[in-house]
Amino acid sequence: MARAVAVVGVGQTHHGRRMDVSYPDLVREAVVRVFEDTGLSPKDVDGVVSGTMPSMMEGVALTHLYFAEAMQAVGKPILKTETCGSTGVSIAHTAFYWVASGMAEVVLAVGHEKMYEGDSQATMTTVLDPFYQRYFLAGAPGVFSMQSQLWATRYKIPQDKIRDAAAFISVTHHQSAFDNPYAHIKMKVTMEDVKNSRIIVYPIRLLDVCPNSDGACAVIFASEKVAKRLGRKVAWVKGVGYRGDEQFFGDSDKVVWQSAIEAAKQAYDQAGIKDPLKELDVAEVYNPFTYQEMIFYECFGFCEFGKAPDLVLRGIFSREGELPVCPSGGVLCTNPIGATGLIRVAEAAMQVTGRAGEHQVPGAKLALAHAMGGIDQFNGVMILGSEL
Amino acid sequence: MAREYRTLKTEVRLPYEVAYGATWTRFFEGLKDKKIYGTRCKECKRVLVPARSFCPRCFVTTDEWVEVKEEGTLVAWCYTNYRYFGMPIEPPFVTGLIRLDGTDVNFLHLIGGFDLSNFEEVSKTLRNGIKVKAVWSEERRGHILDIRYFEPV
Repeated sequence: MARAVAVVGVGQTHHGRRMDVSYPDLVREAVVRVFEDTGLSPKDVDGVVSGTMPSMMEGVALTHLYFAEAMQAVGKPILKTETCGSTGVSIAHTAFYWVASGMAEVVLAVGHEKMYEGDSQATMTTVLDPFYQRYFLAGAPGVFSMQSQLWATRYKIPQDKIRDAAAFISVTHHQSAFDNPYAHIKMKVTMEDVKNSRIIVYPIRLLDVCPNSDGACAVIFASEKVAKRLGRKVAWVKGVGYRGDEQFFGDSDKVVWQSAIEAAKQAYDQAGIKDPLKELDVAEVYNPFTYQEMIFYECFGFCEFGKAPDLVLRGIFSREGELPVCPSGGVLCTNPIGATGLIRVAEAAMQVTGRAGEHQVPGAKLALAHAMGGIDQFNGVMILGSEL
Repeated sequence: MAREYRTLKTEVRLPYEVAYGATWTRFFEGLKDKKIYGTRCKECKRVLVPARSFCPRCFVTTDEWVEVKEEGTLVAWCYTNYRYFGMPIEPPFVTGLIRLDGTDVNFLHLIGGFDLSNFEEVSKTLRNGIKVKAVWSEERRGHILDIRYFEPV
């Protein structure tokens, strides 16, 4: 690893249907909050990196230019990083690289999305090539549906067991969202509610699926020198990993999923993590679909392949379990996509600095943040720890 | 968050003319003749379909053309019954991930040839692992939908 880098503070908007604010005002809401959180001001920032989903989501191209004022980026170096759903983690990686390289002391990272302003599934099909795949992969749910079937078939996991485990995950996250002041969907749901909700794309039902959200997240990354000068608890970046698959969905295995496995392995190797289930205290896994969350558990080495439903049903990943996953309520309850990965990083940082409030995992010292993007194509991981 | 202010309804529509290039032109011309073409990588020996100009893993040019069977095995499927703006295919429809016989990657297309209106019925008909076969359109123009769908054999 290069120079030590810390997340010194975070700011989130209240996520939801935010037709009460313009898009630049929404971005500014998060940026103001990160300055309030850190005590830093725009003049302390050496560079700004931001990102979103494809421009078609809100119909404005190159949003980092649209938000130059809202991010206080005028007169500063500015970058945009864009990797579809994993954008937020890629923004965090970009800010990390910038500070780690020694080229900046303080970098402001901002992720944002306003999904109520456009047509999210139509936008997502524009990620697909225009000749073949765009006709057949109708937005995100279809992809995840097929992936979950491939997984269930491979390991001969009984449908009832998977259905129960997925419903359990949904109930857990919806319950957790009540403890997160910024979460979008706050709704009490039972196992029966999930299992009886409307089918979106078989076997995925409405309560297995994330919402569309408007929201923004801002995170400040700083060098060791600046972090120590601030005189507050910070979250140190212990490892980063990122990998991609081929663009054709049918070209690679999405069960023993190399981009997820290798992204986590790269981050674990840097952080010195050998047994993630034991060593990690909390994980913010990108989980727009309950079923997919279990595939991530397996690819990240939390358990053997095909075994995630058993561990889920034993409560291993619940709030009181061995490795609590998404105590924030996760992507399942809040998904402003361009911000979502950065929210995972922000939540992980809040956990290891003891600032997660009602959804704090007691004593958390080491956390994983993750996001996935494209047609099951990209995976990015960042490990944050309380100790340098 | 209760109060809402004015909104502007706006739209962006842009025309594109995208180039197929030599390999994909040949692939789509093949569909007009009811032929599905792949290319074989001389290093990893995989047969890739649709045909590629280069192997995505070995990065070598793939110029050995292979006519692929129009039958294969259904690997996964999904039933889509919702709408979005500009949707190219009218829902409900079933997307299949198909391993065409003799190939080494999965091919995406539609599954059809039976009543798709009722999901419960569809789920009785379709099972991963069943054999499916291409059904061709009467009028073919060198387009991916020259194959109407794959139907269970």
